[in-house]
Amino acid sequence: MEGIGQIITFYILAGIAVISAILVISLRNLVHCVISLALMMLAIAGLYITLFAEFIAMVQILIYIGAVVVLFLFLIMLTLRLTDKDIKQTNEQKGISFILAGLLLFLLVTVLNRTSWNISPEAVVENTTSKIGNLLLTTYVFPFELISVVLLACLIGAIVIARKDKD
Amino acid sequence: MELLFNTQELIDSINIFLTNLCWNYNIPSWILTVVIMAVVAGIVAGFVAVNTMMLVLAERKIAAHMQDRLGPMRVGFHGILQTVADAIKLVLKENIMPKVADKTMFFLAPIIVFAPAMMAYVILPWSPGIIVSDLNLGVLYLLAVGSIGVIGIIMAGWSSGNKYSLLGGMRSAAQVVSYEVSMVLSILGVIMLTGSLKMGELVNAQKDIWYICYQPLGFLLYLMAATAECNRAPFDMPEAESELVAGFHTEYGGIKFAMFFLAEYANIFAVSAVCTTLFLGGWQGIPGLPITLPPIVWFLIKTYAIVFIFMWFRWTYPRVRVDQLMTFGWKLLVPLGFINILITGLVMVIK
Repeated sequence: MEGIGQIITFYILAGIAVISAILVISLRNLVHCVISLALMMLAIAGLYITLFAEFIAMVQILIYIGAVVVLFLFLIMLTLRLTDKDIKQTNEQKGISFILAGLLLFLLVTVLNRTSWNISPEAVVENTTSKIGNLLLTTYVFPFELISVVLLACLIGAIVIARKDKD
Repeated sequence: MELLFNTQELIDSINIFLTNLCWNYNIPSWILTVVIMAVVAGIVAGFVAVNTMMLVLAERKIAAHMQDRLGPMRVGFHGILQTVADAIKLVLKENIMPKVADKTMFFLAPIIVFAPAMMAYVILPWSPGIIVSDLNLGVLYLLAVGSIGVIGIIMAGWSSGNKYSLLGGMRSAAQVVSYEVSMVLSILGVIMLTGSLKMGELVNAQKDIWYICYQPLGFLLYLMAATAECNRAPFDMPEAESELVAGFHTEYGGIKFAMFFLAEYANIFAVSAVCTTLFLGGWQGIPGLPITLPPIVWFLIKTYAIVFIFMWFRWTYPRVRVDQLMTFGWKLLVPLGFINILITGLVMVIK
């Protein structure tokens, strides 16, 4: 019973994610695109929950929907011209990008097929959040701090570009 | 009466009874799960509706008495049925949609605002054992769910096709993103002390002393950030009546407007209940005070006290300006939040 439920949930969520991803690149109204993007993020968060990765799911919602999508919407509304009329999402380079995207898909599928997936014999970890926290501050503390520095650099860069010099 | 004190036993015995029922009549267990989910969802929805009616009346009465008026007096004894009358009026109203509105988004926005407000009720700990689901990630879940609602507000503002609505939606986006940071920082001190995100454990950790004694700064920061998150005065920039007509819900009427209202009051209650759980010991009585009340009564008393503080804020403070709002959030609340975490960490290391 459990297994069937999980498979059905996976296909529903994956279907929502794929359909809304297609909508993101095909709808003509930018705001509609961003709302579809939010739906896709939500479906992916649902997929994480079916994999018992609740922490990642919550962070996915908190950051991608709560911050990234909200900022996208904010910026689109600030540049009102974009919402006034429907905009074509494609230009004359359509053909080339289709070929490139197809190549990328081929590459990914080949890699996925050739990888031998190790199925871990361990049981499902009960409290993944504290495990992740411990690992982030012990084994992976250096990469973790490095990512923070990268983010800080982005922040400073944005401020430097946006600020008006007073001289 | 006895059952109100031993809610854990009550829930356990209901569970055993239902499991036996299924066993005796050969009902598959998933049907039981679905039925329980539907019943619990119904109870929560009913509570949200009744609670909203009470809070709207309470707000009008509190506002009136603070301004030396009487408030609604006509419908029922001292206007006690006023919100029932208002609700009936709202439900019966014609559904109006502006010609320039974006139909789908205009329709979806109230739902997207309302759904996350309801989802927060999953983790509220009413009494031992009475919690819809004591998730491992309790507080984080609350923050994640709370961040979805703002998309609905932006959608409402944009799809109305009205400059004032759009401005309200944009203000809401900027405000919620900014104050979410200080909200997380204010909660972090309590999480550090408990070492758990589970609501049940957070309550049990405060058996001897409430966290408000260890985290007075965190409590104040949470109150301010929560006021801004709920778009309440003095931070009600998204719907500032004197500047934006009614902000993001200017074009809404009837049942759709009622949904925004329900979401607002559901949010206020949820935020106050979380404040009770994190800082005021949840369902537990005041330590050292020889009064025995059922846990759920303690929980409701504390939560409504916090709700009263929010209403008090609204009717005593003037609205801040947009730039003041941002300065206050980023230059005062966020640094204070970091200082709070630093002090908490230092004390924990020294101890």
